[in-house]
Amino acid sequence: MRHIMNPLDLSVEELDHLMDLATDIERHPAKYAHACDGKVLATLFYEPSSRTRLSFESAMIHLGGHVIGFADANSSSVTKGETVADTIRVVSCYSDICAMRHPKEGAPLVASLYSRVPVINAGDGGHQHPTQTITDLHTIRSMKGRLSDITIGLCGDLKFGRTVHSLIHALIRYPGVKFVLISPKELRVPDYIRDDVLEANNIPYREVEQLDDAMADLDILYMTRVQKERFFNEEEYIRMKDAYILDKKKLKLAPEDMLILHPLPRNNEIATDVDDDPRAVYFRQVQYGMYGRMALILMLLGLDGIYEG
Amino acid sequence: MLNVGKIEEGFVLDHIKAGRSMDIYRYLKLDKLDCTVAIIKNARSNAMGKKDILKVECPIDQMDLGILGFVDQNITVNVIKDGEIVEKRKLELPERITNIIKCKNPRCITAEDHTLPHVFALADKQKHIYRCIYCEEKFSGRKR
Repeated sequence: MRHIMNPLDLSVEELDHLMDLATDIERHPAKYAHACDGKVLATLFYEPSSRTRLSFESAMIHLGGHVIGFADANSSSVTKGETVADTIRVVSCYSDICAMRHPKEGAPLVASLYSRVPVINAGDGGHQHPTQTITDLHTIRSMKGRLSDITIGLCGDLKFGRTVHSLIHALIRYPGVKFVLISPKELRVPDYIRDDVLEANNIPYREVEQLDDAMADLDILYMTRVQKERFFNEEEYIRMKDAYILDKKKLKLAPEDMLILHPLPRNNEIATDVDDDPRAVYFRQVQYGMYGRMALILMLLGLDGIYEG
Repeated sequence: MLNVGKIEEGFVLDHIKAGRSMDIYRYLKLDKLDCTVAIIKNARSNAMGKKDILKVECPIDQMDLGILGFVDQNITVNVIKDGEIVEKRKLELPERITNIIKCKNPRCITAEDHTLPHVFALADKQKHIYRCIYCEEKFSGRKR
């Protein structure tokens, strides 16, 4: 039995297989419509996340399976003081696979230690978010045709942005990837990403404070939201949140074939007038995310044999 | 001069930094073992000025000394069998340490669920860096 806590739990070959499978699901949905008949996905969401939760639930429904779970901690036994370990022991009696989001870092790992069914980390605090990474990689590969030899700009909250951390971990395994880290000093990537991931693997990167300074060099611009819930102090949040806004004017500096990704939801860091630009692919990204989650569910349940690619 | 007798089987932990022997006693959970333990504090040492020594009489396969490598790699571990030193054990950094240091990340699950053990795994042997297995929070340097 396998659990997915971190994008690195999947090898490059497994990720390739997963993305091939996701592409096949997109092209031939009918072939997969009953692949999970009789299977149950538990979505244990200890903090609100309509987007990721709905993506998981929609993925399972499109595969013919069923969904149980809760959408916030207040509607679960957490309010009675139940630990994550006990919750998963109970829930794994009712389900075949589980997706867990939790505000505390490492909670899904704790669940995986006690679970009888595969656990997928659906985001843990500011730490990891592997299925968003699958979404991001699948979007880039589908729309750019490759994951190697790209320069990717990561912009906004790089300190608490777990999607950014997971994406960096995953992309360094492809040759020729360069990073431009665009953030205020206060929201730079944590030292374990800079030292143990980028420096330790000799990955080219530069850190800049202005979005304008990076734009012309980028194949991909990955925008992130400055998340209020990651700050202890509201004043600090208000000061930071508007610092990195992408609008039509800034986009003029970008190459014609650059792609703009965003894990969503956005606040105002991408102006709505950018949405019609062909480079803005963040809503396509949502669709790729569902196919990626469908592929992952099939793989963890050992049902990916249906794909003969 | 204080004299403590020889032991037949067990360990002599020498060159413990003066004043640290009780911490070592606790890390090795010697209070839980039914064996003879001598704690010598502030013994004279040419190299260190003052040092502590622990003598533990127990079957040599009964004790896990792995944690000593994390606490202080300068400790000398003499393994005693039949009243003689049969091995001077080299201390290595343990791969995992449990409930010795605590994760200080307020966002870590261990900050909320106090029933969980605090487990750190060795991430970088050269730099002596450990990371919390749950949240990857860094701990560098040894326990002092």
